[in-house]
Amino acid sequence: LTGTMTSLSAKDKNTVKAFWAKVAGKEEQIGCDAVSRMLTVYPQTKTYFSHWKDLRPGSAPVKKHGATVMAAVTDAVSKIDDLTGALLSLSELHAFTLRVDPANFKVLSHNLLVVLSTMFPEDFTPEVHVAVDKFLAAVALALSEKYR
Amino acid sequence: MVVWTDFERTAIQDIFSKIDYAVVGQAAFSRCLIVYPWTQRYFGGFGNLYNAAAITSNPRVASHGKVIMEALEKAVKDMNNIKATYAELSALHSEKLQVDPDNFMLLGHCLTIVVASQLSKAFTPEVHAAFQKFLAVVVSSLRKQYY
Repeated sequence: LTGTMTSLSAKDKNTVKAFWAKVAGKEEQIGCDAVSRMLTVYPQTKTYFSHWKDLRPGSAPVKKHGATVMAAVTDAVSKIDDLTGALLSLSELHAFTLRVDPANFKVLSHNLLVVLSTMFPEDFTPEVHVAVDKFLAAVALALSEKYR
Repeated sequence: MVVWTDFERTAIQDIFSKIDYAVVGQAAFSRCLIVYPWTQRYFGGFGNLYNAAAITSNPRVASHGKVIMEALEKAVKDMNNIKATYAELSALHSEKLQVDPDNFMLLGHCLTIVVASQLSKAFTPEVHAAFQKFLAVVVSSLRKQYY
């Protein structure tokens, strides 16, 4: 996994927080759509969910997991000044129990950006796009902390 | 040889029939230069790329975005022969332009995001998957002449 290129600037953090205020209330829909796309567009990610009965877009387990993921991302926004600390236990979960190849974090991040683009075509400007992309990369890095 | 389902063919042709090449090309290419600034290394002659505002209003960026979309259209018009269609462009990118091929999918990602914002709900996960497959084939073809 390539690390974040740079740490988040104050401007990046403010851009992410301001954009995330618009996301409020739509987290479940966004999460569901992002996970649905990840499984459909990048089928290798399905290998982590063989225990689910239904992997189709919008299925019950996909919806539930989307909500879980988005809740964690939204929480990370609120703790944007210390992502490593905020994601410590999730990092341990992903590293020791789930053992998700960290390359997949980028895949989910991309699908999240696609969803944000469909839902907020006016607000998801290039400036917002780069700030959110950097933020998600920082989240992925914090999630990778405990791997090795 | 790449096998396309009827759904995939229709989805891809449908996308390209709906989008405005000038608008989408400019938006995707400028987004690539803004979100992945190291890609600017290949466009030293394009004038002011100093910040997002400059990139967004740069006329050379806009016209090159359209050039890219027109080149993609060639693949859409002959989906069974994408590798052959891009043989020359692949050699150009590798030998003359010396573009790191890992950059191709960065532009691909930005194009996906712009197409998604244009098509909105019509850009379903299944249509998205078809588009991603198309981009993967294009990128793979562009990588063919690198050695």
